[in-house]
Amino acid sequence: MSQPVHNPTSKATDENSRIETKNTTCYMCACRCGIRVTLRDGEVRYIQGNPEHPLNKGVICAKGASGIMKQYSPARLTKPLMRKPGSDRGDNDFEEISWEKAFSVMEERLANIRATDPKKFALFTGRDQMQALTGLFAKQFGTPNYAAHGGFCSVNMAAGMIYTIGGSFWEFGGPDLDRSKLFIMIGTAEDHHSNPMKIALANFKRNGGKFIAINPVRSGYAGIADEWVPIKPGTDGALFLAMINEIIKQGLYDRDFLVKYTNSAELVNMDEKSTEHGMFVRFEVPKEEGCFDAQNKLWWDRELNKPISMHTNGSDPYLLGEFELDDGTPVKPAFQLLEERVKDYTPEWASDITGIPAETIKRLAYEMGITARDEKIELPISWTDTWGNEHDHITGNPVSFHAMRGLAAHSNGFQSIRALSILMSILGTIDRPGGFRHKAPFPRPIPPCAKTATSWDDIQPNTPLNGMPLGWPADPDDLFVDDDGQPIRLDKAFSWEHPLAVHGMMQNAITNAWRGDPYSIDTMMIFMSNMAWNSTMNTESVRDMLNDKDEEGEYKIPFLIVCDAFESEMVAFADLVLPDTTYLERHDVMSMLDRPISEFDGPVDSVRIPVLPPTGECKPFQEVLIEIGSRLKLPAFVDEQGKRKYRDYPDFIINYQTAPDSGIGFLAGWRGKGGEKFMKGEPNPNQWEMYEKNNCVYQHELPKSYQYMRNWNQGYLEWAKRHSLTRYAEPINIHIYSEVLQKFRLAAQGKSDGKQPPDHLRDRINTHFDPLPFYSDTLEAQQTDLRQYPLNAITQRPMAMYHSWDSQNAWLRQIHTHNYLYVNTKTAEAAGIADGQWMWVASMHGKVRCMCRHSEAVEPGTVWTWNAIGKASGAWGLKDRANESKKGFLLNHLISEELPPSEAGQHLSNSDPVTGQAGWYDVRVKIYPAAADEPEETSPQFKAGAVTPGTRPARGLRWLKYFAGKNYNK
Amino acid sequence: MTQLALVIDLNVCVGCHACVTSCKEWNTSGNAGFMSDFNPYDEDPTGTFFNRVQTFEIGEYPNTQTVHFPKSCLHCEEPPCVPVCPTGASYKREEDGIVLVDYDKCIGCKYCSWACPYGARELDANQKVMKKCTLCVDRIYDETLPESERKPACVLACPTSARLFGDVNDPESNVSEQIRDNGGYQLMPEWGTKPANHYLPRRKAKITIHHDELTRVDNPLNKERQLPMPDEDEQTLDDIMSW
Repeated sequence: MSQPVHNPTSKATDENSRIETKNTTCYMCACRCGIRVTLRDGEVRYIQGNPEHPLNKGVICAKGASGIMKQYSPARLTKPLMRKPGSDRGDNDFEEISWEKAFSVMEERLANIRATDPKKFALFTGRDQMQALTGLFAKQFGTPNYAAHGGFCSVNMAAGMIYTIGGSFWEFGGPDLDRSKLFIMIGTAEDHHSNPMKIALANFKRNGGKFIAINPVRSGYAGIADEWVPIKPGTDGALFLAMINEIIKQGLYDRDFLVKYTNSAELVNMDEKSTEHGMFVRFEVPKEEGCFDAQNKLWWDRELNKPISMHTNGSDPYLLGEFELDDGTPVKPAFQLLEERVKDYTPEWASDITGIPAETIKRLAYEMGITARDEKIELPISWTDTWGNEHDHITGNPVSFHAMRGLAAHSNGFQSIRALSILMSILGTIDRPGGFRHKAPFPRPIPPCAKTATSWDDIQPNTPLNGMPLGWPADPDDLFVDDDGQPIRLDKAFSWEHPLAVHGMMQNAITNAWRGDPYSIDTMMIFMSNMAWNSTMNTESVRDMLNDKDEEGEYKIPFLIVCDAFESEMVAFADLVLPDTTYLERHDVMSMLDRPISEFDGPVDSVRIPVLPPTGECKPFQEVLIEIGSRLKLPAFVDEQGKRKYRDYPDFIINYQTAPDSGIGFLAGWRGKGGEKFMKGEPNPNQWEMYEKNNCVYQHELPKSYQYMRNWNQGYLEWAKRHSLTRYAEPINIHIYSEVLQKFRLAAQGKSDGKQPPDHLRDRINTHFDPLPFYSDTLEAQQTDLRQYPLNAITQRPMAMYHSWDSQNAWLRQIHTHNYLYVNTKTAEAAGIADGQWMWVASMHGKVRCMCRHSEAVEPGTVWTWNAIGKASGAWGLKDRANESKKGFLLNHLISEELPPSEAGQHLSNSDPVTGQAGWYDVRVKIYPAAADEPEETSPQFKAGAVTPGTRPARGLRWLKYFAGKNYNK
Repeated sequence: MTQLALVIDLNVCVGCHACVTSCKEWNTSGNAGFMSDFNPYDEDPTGTFFNRVQTFEIGEYPNTQTVHFPKSCLHCEEPPCVPVCPTGASYKREEDGIVLVDYDKCIGCKYCSWACPYGARELDANQKVMKKCTLCVDRIYDETLPESERKPACVLACPTSARLFGDVNDPESNVSEQIRDNGGYQLMPEWGTKPANHYLPRRKAKITIHHDELTRVDNPLNKERQLPMPDEDEQTLDDIMSW
C-alpha cells in the first residue's frame, strides 16, 4: 500500500499514473449537466463540471461532485438475482443467476403473455428520461400498461401549463432571468433544472432583480429571496385567483397581448340550452381536423359594434361585455368570463385561505403588474407573426415565475396551475424576454397531437398497441375506456376518473394490480423506482400487497421484475433482479423524442458515453430492453425475417428511425450520412463519435427572429414544421378559457354525443373540468375531520440529495444522515413538544414516530421534513442500525394512495381528478409528544433482509479512505 | 504582500453544498488527501471535510431569515494556529498568505484547533494529523491545468459563483472591489486574527409603488367601458328642439 504525498504544495501531477479525462453527462439527478471525469489508473479521480457545456457552464453541484461515491457504493448490484424458492418477497433472499437464465425466464414468460393477453404485462419506470425507449418497448409489446413516474411527480405542472400556454416549466421552458426584473418562485425548494437555475438566480440577484419566494417553508432557494411569503399548502390557486382579480380590477393586464395572442376576445356561446354552451362561436364550421386551433372564432369589434372574424386586420375587439348575435345567441368574450370568475376571489377572501395578509396580496399583484407594464424591454429584433403582420421589435414584460411540486402535488393543483398560467399570460410574459420562454420541442399545440389508444380493440395478441401508451386527450373521445366508460389501463389513466392523466398513474399500479381492479396482471417490471419505499404512498400496506397471496398460495401480482443499480427497498421484493449500470458506465441519450436539454435559444440534446466499464455483470437497462425486444421479435427490433436488427443500444440509437426513412431518430445532431444534417436526416454511422468530439452535446441556435413569441412566430413555426418538431405551423393561442375542459364538462352534462362518463362520475367531471380556474379545498381535506387533523404535512428534498436516487452516498449522507419533523416553535410548544424531542405525527391513515425540530422558517399550520432520507433497515448497503433507519423516517406512511370511499367511487386515487397527479401534499395531521418510556427510534421499523449476493460486504467497513488509483480503497 | 483568500457572497449562496463535496472530491485524492470517513455506511458517519455549510435561522416567524453559511479555514493574516504549533507543522506561506499544515511534521496534538476561534481545522481521525483548507494550493499553481481552472475546486464548482478567489491585499483585484462595494466583512475581527476570507452580506432588492402608477389615463379598462346608451327609437333633445 503506497502512501499519499504529504507535502500539500507539490503539484498535482501524477507522473507515475495513467491519467485520462473523458466527457459525459451527469446523472446524479435529472438536471443532466456536462461533466468531465478524470481517471487515475482507471479510478475516478475527479468529476468536474464541463466548462464547455451549455447547461452548467463548468459548475457542478454537491451530488455531481459526489458521483465517485455512487460509482463505488457497496450497495451496487452486480449480478442478476432470482428470489430463492420458499422465501418471502421482502426477505431479500436471493441466489445469483446468469444473464442467459434471466433472459430466458423473461422471454418465456413475456412471449406467452404477449401471445395471449398483452395487458397482463406492465412496465413502470421511475427514471422517465428514457421514456422514448421504454414507451416504444411497451407499445411494441402491445400493452397499455406503461408509464413513467410523472403521475406521482409533477404532471399537474406539465398538464396545467401545456393545456394553457402550450409549454411548461423544467426542460420545456422557464423563467428568462437574464432579463427579468421580478421573479416569483412558488412551491420550489430545489429544482429539476438545478444548476442552470442557480446560475441564473445568482445573476438575476446581482443585476438587482427582486426575488419573491412563495412557500410554506423558507428553505433552499427561498433562503436568498428578497421577500419570503409563507403560504398554507394547497392554497396557491386562491392566491393566484385573487392576484388575477386585482390585476384586472386595476387594469394592470397587457391588453394588447391578450387580444392578439390569447383567446380572451373570442366569443363564448352563453346559451345554456345549446349543445354548444360554453364553446366558442365559430363563423364557419368545417370539420376541424388536426390538432390545432382553427382561426374561425369571433370577436366583437369595438368600432363596428358587431361580431367580426378574429384577427380581422385593423379590428379591435372588446375584452369585456356581453353581446347578442343576430340569431339571438347570447355571447361573452372569454375575458369577461374570467373577470366574472375572479370577481369574488378578492384578496380578503384569499387571505383567510392562504394565510397571506390581503395587503400583501394586493402589493404583490401591483408589483407584478407595474413592473410588467413600466419596465418593458424592447429588443430590436424583427419578426413576422403567423397572421402576416411584421414587427420591428420584440417586446418583453420582465416578470417571471417558476413553480414545482409544491404547487403541483395537490388534488387541486391542475386548476391552480391553470390559474398561474393565466396570471403569467395576462401580464403578457409568455415567450417574451424577461418572462417565460419555451425550449424546443415546445411550444406545441394545445393539447399536443399524440393520442393514446382508445378501446379494447387497440390491444391484440402479438401486435403492437394501436396508439401511444401516453398521449394528450383533446376531447372525451380520446379517452382510453371501454363502451361502458370503464378504464382499460391498469392505473386507470385516461379514464373518466382521471381523464387528462397524461403521464400515467404509476402511484396506483401496485394497489390496482393487487386488488385486480380493473383486472389482475401477470408480470410487473419496475425500472429504477422505489415503489416499496419512498416512491409509493401508504408504504407499509403497499409492501404487504407486494407480498400478498391468493387462496391458492399464488402471489396476487404473480411475477415482479426489478431493474436497479442499487439494493433499494424495492429490490427486496423482486422475483427477478436485473443489475443496472451507473451513469458512468453507460451510453444514454437525452433525446428530442423525450426530455432533451434544450436552451431558450434553440434545441439541444446530449449523450452519455461510458467512462468506465460496467461493474461486475451490470448491464444497462437499455441493453436489456433491446435484447428482450429482439428475442420477442417486437417489430421495431427485428427485420422482416424476424432477425435481430440492432447489435446493441449504441447501434439502435444510430439506426432506429421512428418510421421507415422518416429521418427522425433519437439524436438530433449530426444526422445524414456525413453528419451534415440536424433534427432530420438519414442515420450517420459516426454519430456517437461526433457527439464525443463535441462535449457529448448537440446545440442548435435559432436565428434571433425565431427565438421569441414562438406560439405565433411564423418563421419559427415554419422552421419547426420543416424540421418535423411539429405537424402544423399554426398559431398556438393561449387558452385563457379552456374549450378542451368544457368538452368534458358537456359530456358530463349529457350534452355531447361522444363518450359519456359513468353516472357516478358526472358530478366530479362537471365540477373539475371547469373551463376557467376555480379554487376548492383539496379532495383529502374535504374528507378529513380538520378539527382532529388541523395541520398540513409536506416534504421537500434538500439540494444535496434532490433527485438523487441512491441517497446512501457516503459523503452526501454525512450532510443529511437523518431527518427531523420541522414544526413552527409556537405550534410545537402548544402541543407540548420540545426541540429535539421524540413525537408522533398522525393522519387519518397512519402514524409515524420521529424527532421534532423547532423552526421559525415554517408557517405555523404546516409541519415538514426532508423526504427520502429515511431508509428501511438493512437496505442500500447500510448497516441495520444506520441513522437513516433508526432516526430517519418517511412521511409516506401517513399518506394514502386512495381517497376514503365516496359517491364518486370506492377506490378513487388520491390524485387530482383531472390529471391523476398524486396528492402528496394534501395530507392533514396532528402532532403529540411520544411517551417517556417509548423507544428512541422512529416508527414504523422494518426488519432487515438478508445480505444481497453480489453487493460488496461493506456493512462492517469502519474506515473509508478514498484515494483514486492508489489502491487505497481496496 | 499577496494574500490569497475567498470572498463568499451570502447574497447568492443557496446552501447547495457543491463547495463541500467538490472540495472533498478534489482533495481526498490530492496532495492533502486522503480525507477519511469513519463509519461511512454505519451509524453516525463522520468524516474529514475542509469546508462545511451551516444553515441556521435568524429572527422570528414570519420575519425569518434562513442563512446558508459556508465556512473553511480563513487563512488569517495573524493566524493563531501557527505560533501554538509545537513542531512547526502549521505555517503561513510568505508568498501568498496560505496557511498550511505539513502532515509529516504534525503530531496531532490539536493545539492549533483549540487556538483557532473559527473551528476551521479538522483532525483526520484515521491519519491523526490536522487537516484543513489549502485553497487548493495543488491546483492554483499547476501549469498543466488550463489557466481558467487554476482555482480552488470549490470556486470552480459553485453554481451561484458565490465564492470569489483572489488577492485581498491587491486593491485592484475583483475580491477587493467586491469587499469595498458590497460591505464585505471579516468574521470576529475582535480576535485580531485578521482573517483573509471575507463575507458579503445579504442585500435586499425592493420595489416601491407610487400611487400614480395605479391610476393612469392609459388604463386598458377605459377601452372596455360600455356606458349605457338609450335605444335609438327613444326621444332625444335633437328630436324636439327647433331653435
